[in-house]
Amino acid sequence: MDAVASKPQDYKSELKPVWCPGCGDFSVLAAITRALAELGLEQRNVALVSGIGCSSRLPAYTSLYGFHAVHGRALPVASGLKLARPELTVLAAGGDGDGFSIGGNHFVHACRRNVDMTYIIMDNSVYGMTKGQASPTTEADWTGSKLTPEGPGLSPFRPLEMALSAGATFISRAFSGDPLEVTRQICAGIAHEGFSFIHVLSPCVTYRPEQKGWREFVHADFTEPYTDRREAFLRLLDDDGFTTGILYKSQTPPFQTRPKPVEPVSVLGDQFAI
Amino acid sequence: MIRSTVSIALTGSGGAGVMTAGQMLLDAAAQAGYYGLMGRTLGPQIRGGESAAMIRLSNRPVQGLDDGHDILLAFDWGNIDRFIKELPLVPGGIVIADPHHGQVPAVMDQDHHRIVNIPLHDLAKTIPGGRVNMIGLGLIAELIGLDHAHLLDRVAKQLTGKGEQALAASKAGLDAGAEAAAGITGLDPLAEPQPRTGDRWSITGNDAAGLGAIQGGVRFCAAYPITPATDILEWLAPNLPRVGGSLVQCEDELASINMIIGSSFGGVPSVTATSGPGLALMTESLGLAVASETPVVVINVQRGGPSTGIPTKSEQVDLNIAVNGLHGDAPHVVTAPLSIGDCLFTTQWSVHLAEAMQTAVIVLSDQVIGQSRAIIDKPADLAFVGKRLVPERIEAPYRRYAITADGLSPMALPGQEGGMYTADGLEHNETGHPSTQIEHHQEQLDKRRRKVEGFDYGDHWGVVEGDDDADIAVVTWGSSAEPAREAVQRARTQGFKVRLVAARLIAPVPVARLTAALDGVSRVLVVEQNHGGQYFRHLRAHMDLPGKVETYHRPGPFTLRPREILQRILGQ
Repeated sequence: MDAVASKPQDYKSELKPVWCPGCGDFSVLAAITRALAELGLEQRNVALVSGIGCSSRLPAYTSLYGFHAVHGRALPVASGLKLARPELTVLAAGGDGDGFSIGGNHFVHACRRNVDMTYIIMDNSVYGMTKGQASPTTEADWTGSKLTPEGPGLSPFRPLEMALSAGATFISRAFSGDPLEVTRQICAGIAHEGFSFIHVLSPCVTYRPEQKGWREFVHADFTEPYTDRREAFLRLLDDDGFTTGILYKSQTPPFQTRPKPVEPVSVLGDQFAI
Repeated sequence: MIRSTVSIALTGSGGAGVMTAGQMLLDAAAQAGYYGLMGRTLGPQIRGGESAAMIRLSNRPVQGLDDGHDILLAFDWGNIDRFIKELPLVPGGIVIADPHHGQVPAVMDQDHHRIVNIPLHDLAKTIPGGRVNMIGLGLIAELIGLDHAHLLDRVAKQLTGKGEQALAASKAGLDAGAEAAAGITGLDPLAEPQPRTGDRWSITGNDAAGLGAIQGGVRFCAAYPITPATDILEWLAPNLPRVGGSLVQCEDELASINMIIGSSFGGVPSVTATSGPGLALMTESLGLAVASETPVVVINVQRGGPSTGIPTKSEQVDLNIAVNGLHGDAPHVVTAPLSIGDCLFTTQWSVHLAEAMQTAVIVLSDQVIGQSRAIIDKPADLAFVGKRLVPERIEAPYRRYAITADGLSPMALPGQEGGMYTADGLEHNETGHPSTQIEHHQEQLDKRRRKVEGFDYGDHWGVVEGDDDADIAVVTWGSSAEPAREAVQRARTQGFKVRLVAARLIAPVPVARLTAALDGVSRVLVVEQNHGGQYFRHLRAHMDLPGKVETYHRPGPFTLRPREILQRILGQ
């Protein structure tokens, strides 16, 4: 059991995903395993944390330490794990509903906190597990859901702008149909010291079949990561939501706790002595 | 007559220095060898609202307030009508009023009070740098017979670095106060303290809970501030790093509970502290801790509810949600400290329970014990240090949720070779793989219940005191234990055969232990501080109580006092 795994297959479990044939998440799972193999990380030293939703089923399909938590809470679980066990490589993964709606507050504060971990959002602009409702990234006029027959009527959430303004130090976007790019970004995100946000456009072929056409829309125009927030913001103003590549990287030191292991527990009571 | 205990209330608007003066008095008395405690009642204002320090001193250990105060000293009368009912005086109780603040409010001017006018403000003005605080303290010390030397010592400690002049002003203030007390008679002197046999501590329940958590092995805390639990978090923040741990402030309670689930999954014993509204937010994830068998401890310092309720004041109102708030069948543990000092024991024990059983433990403290300070004998070292069952060697396939006789399955920690598994809130089979199968659901439900209900809680489940041949048992829990204990003691001195049964373990209900503790009684009186009789209903759902069963429960914010419980014991 000492040998370091080196093949993507070694990072997969024997479980068969619950996803629909053609789901973009298969490629993301493959990209995660490929990235871990490329980096030569031992499974036992990597943890993958998720919330609830189609893509959040991902940890069980890996041979890593996984945590399939409750809806929206992947980031705090992952943050607690990383802060308590800084030597581990910690990944968090999930969907747009999990990360931007119910977990939206944690997303903002995880960007601010800049804990050294990598967050992969598989965005398909729909709640798949509950069978096709509008998510925060759904277009305002999408009428495909019985819950919002006239469309959600809200302006779509803009994840990259949000991440940038909240303080994420690594921001990128990829298309699941380009698994090599997803792999490259995951490798770069893991290597980055700080909170890495990877926005993956991952089509839902069941409730948003039109997303099969995303291949035609994506364009790899985030060519060189900005290190200046102002430039990154300006670039995002021209983003059509389909620009891929690494947008932004900064060298802000990651948040970490600084324990000072100096005293035995027995001395703590002294402060109460009369 | 010599009295064994004396109670003093100091009131005034925030900024009048009420709490500082109160703690100086308590500490000085402790230095002199007395036991005692100081409770506090505060208005909702951020600054400058009404406040009162409630101090009780005694020559024997005491951790609960008395029925009424012997002396009430008002530094001013700000909003006194709002909270005077929380500050009852004994018949003939002395009210010290300062004419500088105008007429004594009608609410104070009652037949059974003795109003004494002392010009605290004017006296302070006669001393360069003089403070009203010191005049008041000198006066109180003189009335109860507390040597000034101890007060001066505390003042000197507080004024370190502020120069001789400040100290001289304080001393002059104390002397002036003592002189002003000369004309006040009718208060029996307090008995001399008994010789000290060991070390003593001055500690609040909230600090004690923090210390208990660390002593139990906690090294990580995720925190979101909420009254009246914030003190625990603020105590842990500087103290956890001293022992190699850490505390992180979170964006909300959803984050704090989930962060400690993450850190505990990583193998680090973890805690958070909150109060009712925060506990409500945490309950979904407490269910995750139960289902994924990840140990966590939540210290819930109860306050008046429902909703935002009365945030600064006490009530034992979260038993229902702590016991029943989790969705699904989710067996877990609920404990409650029985006194200010017991916050240490119960929290440390709770960490031990959480780690040993790989489950969630909710500790139900409350404002009255959390934010009160007591002088206690230095607690003995406790053996409880969280010890998790971790596999020594793992055979493939690793079965994280293996079905075992006691329900406990060895828990691999990230980094451990061969132990990789996915912790899941989804129902799962023994390996942790999600499953909807009938037999997997049944066997996992069974194992999670078995480990909690079959655990040996030993004698720590509660305290049983009083008469072996008691006719009456007073059954209570948490912070109501101290007033109930005093009521039982008084009843026994009157010749009644009474037993106190105070539960530290709320869930699972220790039915066999309670049944044994109630053996032979013909009357049971269940006592607690809430409107709904939550513990009474909880007990009745799990067991039959012997004989004639009565319940005495009332809401806060006026905390339970011995006399009202005594009256119920006596059937009055």
